[in-house]
Amino acid sequence: MDAKIYQARLRANTIGMVLSMIAMTIGMIALFWILSILLFKGLNSINIQMFMDSTPGPGSEGGGLANAIFGSLMMVIFCTLISTPIGILAGIYLSEYGDKSLLAKVTRFVTDIMLSAPSIVIGLFVYTIVVAQVRHFSGWAGTIALALIAIPVVLRTTENMLRLVPSTLREAAFALGTPKWKVSLVVVLRAAKSGVMTGLLLAIARISGETAPLLFTALNNQFFSTDMNRPMANLPVVIYQFAMSPYENWNNLAWGGALLITFAVLGLNILARVFFREKK
Amino acid sequence: MKVGMSNSSVDLKLDHEIHKIVRIQQLQDFCFHKLTLIFALTVLVTLAGIIASLFINAWPSLHEFGLGFFFHEEWDIVKGDFGGLIAIFGTVVTATIALLIAVPLSFGISVFLTEVCPIWLRKPLGVAIELLAAVPSIIYGMFGLFVFAPLFAKYIQPALHGTLGQIPGLGILFSGAMNGIGILCAGLILAVMILPFITSVMRDVFEIVPPVLKESAYGIGCTTWEVVNHIVLPYTKTGVVGGIMLGLGRALGETMAVTFVIGNSQKLSASLFAPGTSIASTLANEFGEAEPGLHFSSLFALGLALFIITFIVLGIAKWMLANVEKKQGVRS
Repeated sequence: MDAKIYQARLRANTIGMVLSMIAMTIGMIALFWILSILLFKGLNSINIQMFMDSTPGPGSEGGGLANAIFGSLMMVIFCTLISTPIGILAGIYLSEYGDKSLLAKVTRFVTDIMLSAPSIVIGLFVYTIVVAQVRHFSGWAGTIALALIAIPVVLRTTENMLRLVPSTLREAAFALGTPKWKVSLVVVLRAAKSGVMTGLLLAIARISGETAPLLFTALNNQFFSTDMNRPMANLPVVIYQFAMSPYENWNNLAWGGALLITFAVLGLNILARVFFREKK
Repeated sequence: MKVGMSNSSVDLKLDHEIHKIVRIQQLQDFCFHKLTLIFALTVLVTLAGIIASLFINAWPSLHEFGLGFFFHEEWDIVKGDFGGLIAIFGTVVTATIALLIAVPLSFGISVFLTEVCPIWLRKPLGVAIELLAAVPSIIYGMFGLFVFAPLFAKYIQPALHGTLGQIPGLGILFSGAMNGIGILCAGLILAVMILPFITSVMRDVFEIVPPVLKESAYGIGCTTWEVVNHIVLPYTKTGVVGGIMLGLGRALGETMAVTFVIGNSQKLSASLFAPGTSIASTLANEFGEAEPGLHFSSLFALGLALFIITFIVLGIAKWMLANVEKKQGVRS
């Protein structure tokens, strides 16, 4: 009788363990399938031409993704320039000044929600306050939309990293007569430097792949343009349009662009993790 | 140093210098404090702005149709008759399918990573799963449309139709044209997308269980499965549900992956094989060409509904996860 119960328990355990291993395998298969399909379909689109030529018009041959790559780089760079100081300083507030106050608690709550909020709604919002006001799409609108997505990420990681800095460090700085702003900026922030950098890299990786917020803000531009005040070509929206189209060269370019974005994003993610691990 | 040199004018000058420095520092501190405060407020201001702008732009449509808008089945651009039911239905059904598939898988993966996996393999595999989260959603959409949907149409849909589709009643879910793209396909792609988020929360929460509890259970002879079921799960109940809600929140708001494979048809259908639409994909498809008027504000009404639903779901998730952190005594 005991033996039978024991056998049943062992059986249940084996089934459970096997099922969990199957789940893990499914997850790994999904990852490798997606990555290998990207490589397979996108690799032969990656050539010098992709970086030199602008996006082709409908029906025309060849072409590249130069304007889209440039536009995406511009928007990501400007977005980083905007969201980094805002996110870091806001994180400093939450960690050094606000801490237990009601404002800080509410801000943390809202930030966490904004981290997972639908990005298309952010696009709608920026459309209303920027695009509808000036009556044209622009790279700046796209940058603002991306910044609204990046700021919560930077804020959260900065605050968490600053909190990890032991308070003895702050107290030692105060004891030497350092004003609070210098303690926060020069002492504590520097101590948490690698963690904050990780947060920045993760934020950049996140916004590089975002499509929905750019759909109604930066729109897209068929030609090479450096004017941020006009619709700006960008990689995700170009991929979206080209992938859904019937033209073969457009589809190929879409796969090439997808490969480019994915490996850039994955590279940033891995860099962020390695960077953080090194400093430990 | 000259003895007796208590020169009061030198002392006063030094005091004056010190006071000046202190006053400058106080000013700097004040400015810095207010600067960081203003930036910290940007998040709250953004939230308020989003809700306000969505509401203002949605008002014409809400005024015209009232709250029945969200239960109305029509979406006729020509006639100007709009209702949110089709989009809401698509959003909810795809998210539900995604959860039904992703939660057991996430649970299995988390159990594997915390209990079964050899220690040296844990970090690489954990990172691999998190890379799934890093892949941009548009890639999932392309993968779904070009790779998964054809396979789905060729092998899986006929199989489902042949087995579950023959059951009376349940069979309606698996009937109709088998084109690959549709609500079921979108749900499956969404499942792979939210898998890493739920897994990472579950893993964090599983690792918080005090080793003493688990080791006591192992000590009296429990199998790994029993430890997970009777010790780990009850302890981390709130956290697990919080993680599931987080996944749900993400699934509700996902745009690109769903838009590629959901079929984008404004029709309500009982079959899971049929195309449909979700709130986010309706916005992605139609907003570019919507003319100011009822169409425009109906889209905003949908956006408002989506934002509020997601906000509530994510709020509940955050609240549950905060409760878990409180149990640990970790500063939250």
